[in-house]
Amino acid sequence: MSVAEVIRDQNDPADTVWVEHVSWIDRVPRAISMIALFIAFVALWQIATMLQLISPIILPTPIEVARDLYSVAANLLSGDYMLFALWTTMKEVFYGFIIATVIGFSLGVLVGETTFGERAVMPYLVAIDTMPKIAFAPLFVAWLGFDIHSKVALAAFIATFPIIVGTAAGLHAADENARMLFKTMGATRWQTLIKLKLPTGLPHFFTGLKIGSVGVMAGAITGEFLGGGKGFGELIRVAASMLDTPRVFSLIIYLSLVGLSLFAFVTWMQRRFVFWHKDRTSAADA
Amino acid sequence: MSAAAAAVLTSDPVRREPVYELSSVTKVYPRRNVHALDKVDLTLERGSFSAVIGSSGCGKSTLLKIMAGLHTPSAGRVVLAGKPVTGPRRDIGMMFQQATLFPWRTTIENIVLPIEIRDGKRAARAKHEDARRLLELVGLKGFEHVYPNELSGGMAQRAAICRMLITEPAVLLLDEPFSALDELSREFMNMELQRVCLARDATAFLVTHSIPEAVILSDIVYVMKPRPGRIVEAVTIDLPRPRTLDMMTTPRFGALVDHIRGRLDKEAFL
Ligand SMILES: Nc1ncnc2c1ncn2[C@@H]1O[C@H](COP(=O)(O)OP(=O)(O)OP(=O)(O)O)[C@@H](O)[C@H]1O
Ligand SMILES: [Mg+2]
Repeated sequence: MSVAEVIRDQNDPADTVWVEHVSWIDRVPRAISMIALFIAFVALWQIATMLQLISPIILPTPIEVARDLYSVAANLLSGDYMLFALWTTMKEVFYGFIIATVIGFSLGVLVGETTFGERAVMPYLVAIDTMPKIAFAPLFVAWLGFDIHSKVALAAFIATFPIIVGTAAGLHAADENARMLFKTMGATRWQTLIKLKLPTGLPHFFTGLKIGSVGVMAGAITGEFLGGGKGFGELIRVAASMLDTPRVFSLIIYLSLVGLSLFAFVTWMQRRFVFWHKDRTSAADA
Repeated sequence: MSAAAAAVLTSDPVRREPVYELSSVTKVYPRRNVHALDKVDLTLERGSFSAVIGSSGCGKSTLLKIMAGLHTPSAGRVVLAGKPVTGPRRDIGMMFQQATLFPWRTTIENIVLPIEIRDGKRAARAKHEDARRLLELVGLKGFEHVYPNELSGGMAQRAAICRMLITEPAVLLLDEPFSALDELSREFMNMELQRVCLARDATAFLVTHSIPEAVILSDIVYVMKPRPGRIVEAVTIDLPRPRTLDMMTTPRFGALVDHIRGRLDKEAFL
């Protein structure tokens, strides 16, 4: 929120300048405003629980959560069963993401580059994409068992579609002028794909990857909820069934760190590979 | 060059060899059934500079794209250097209104792109020295390794000229190449273009909306009319070469501009 004001020089009325007036709240450094907001949120939460506005079974106090965060951290660092569970979930997320990227990119190229893909394959993909993909979880369990395979499959299944869409949209992003230019240079279809369409589409591809990186986490955890196993999702389910809400909260926080690092990794890759898109970073990229 | 020699320059017998020959080129876009071109006959002589001028939508770009082998004509023949044009050709260089430099390539990498596509990366690298010389020619020395988003519109368009010239094309097809530039850069670029064409004895064909631009650059200005698109007049410009911007104030220049404007006004621009 910036207000422009006219500041008049007393001696010379002709010397009128426009000064952009930035409100104080917009001038606070980003890190400080984020921390301040966090503290305010936790304080409100603490007050709400202290005043017994909410039952402690439903919502634990921040202090309880903090205490639990510490004990989970201790468990993780000592290499106990929680570390094993975290490792299991990370493997599911990792494999799911790799599979989704490979399949999503390949199908994206098929759909975005070939008329057959666009006409015959795309309608099916759209049809599958509109289905509630989580409903497939029991099927994956039936097919692949209670081990990590079924979770990897669900995670990949959910993350594939945004990557397909991102890739295909990217291949259509090159404008008419650029295509015409490649045509005048006598470029083959392959050269046009490699040297024009793929680089032009890279930002779209990365957008797909980012959405996919969020979906892959959701897929892995849902798979664990519905198909058991030994991952973090299972720990959350067990803790929740025992009404150990502080534990649930702290597990979710650790889990979100995994998701956040994956997202940050994709963002870092994007910065590296799409270096020419400097000035288009949104809040979501940071 | 004496005044007498200059006066006969456009009809110089040495320059009579035809490079481009179009006979009854017709184009109908089946979609919406647009009759874009109707029996266009056109002959361009080696080393000549021609411009085509006409109202918006009269088929100038269509003509250029057919000449370049990007579109196929519905009927008629296009022959370049004795061989029919059936697709994009190596001896043609093209430029459009947008510079279209690729932001992931440095200026010099953009310039050698046509070579890279034609002969591979190694051949492109071998052309870096030539590219550097071209950049120097258009006043972009020192910008070799700069990415295009750091170039101004005029600089980008100059880099696009270098990219067009790197393959040493015998024919230049230009579709409003400088219309996105401001007046001063545009005049400057026009003089650059003339210099390049004279130095290489290139045959150039320019689409433009600016009558003064067409007159100052061309040996012949073709006037086109729409629906269906056809060439209604070829105006010979008998100003001496090399042209200078000062010539734009001469009475002869004014007379030629007025003549062409008159031809265009008859069919309302809107
Ligand atoms: N791909 C196409 N499909 C159908 N019609 C087209 C196509 N390209 C051009 N046209 C039509 O052909 C006619 C001539 O178009 P063209 O682009 O050649 O005009 P132009 O003289 O270059 O116009 P401008 O000066 O505005 O660039 C127009 O009526 C246009 O609508
Ligand atoms: Mg046009």
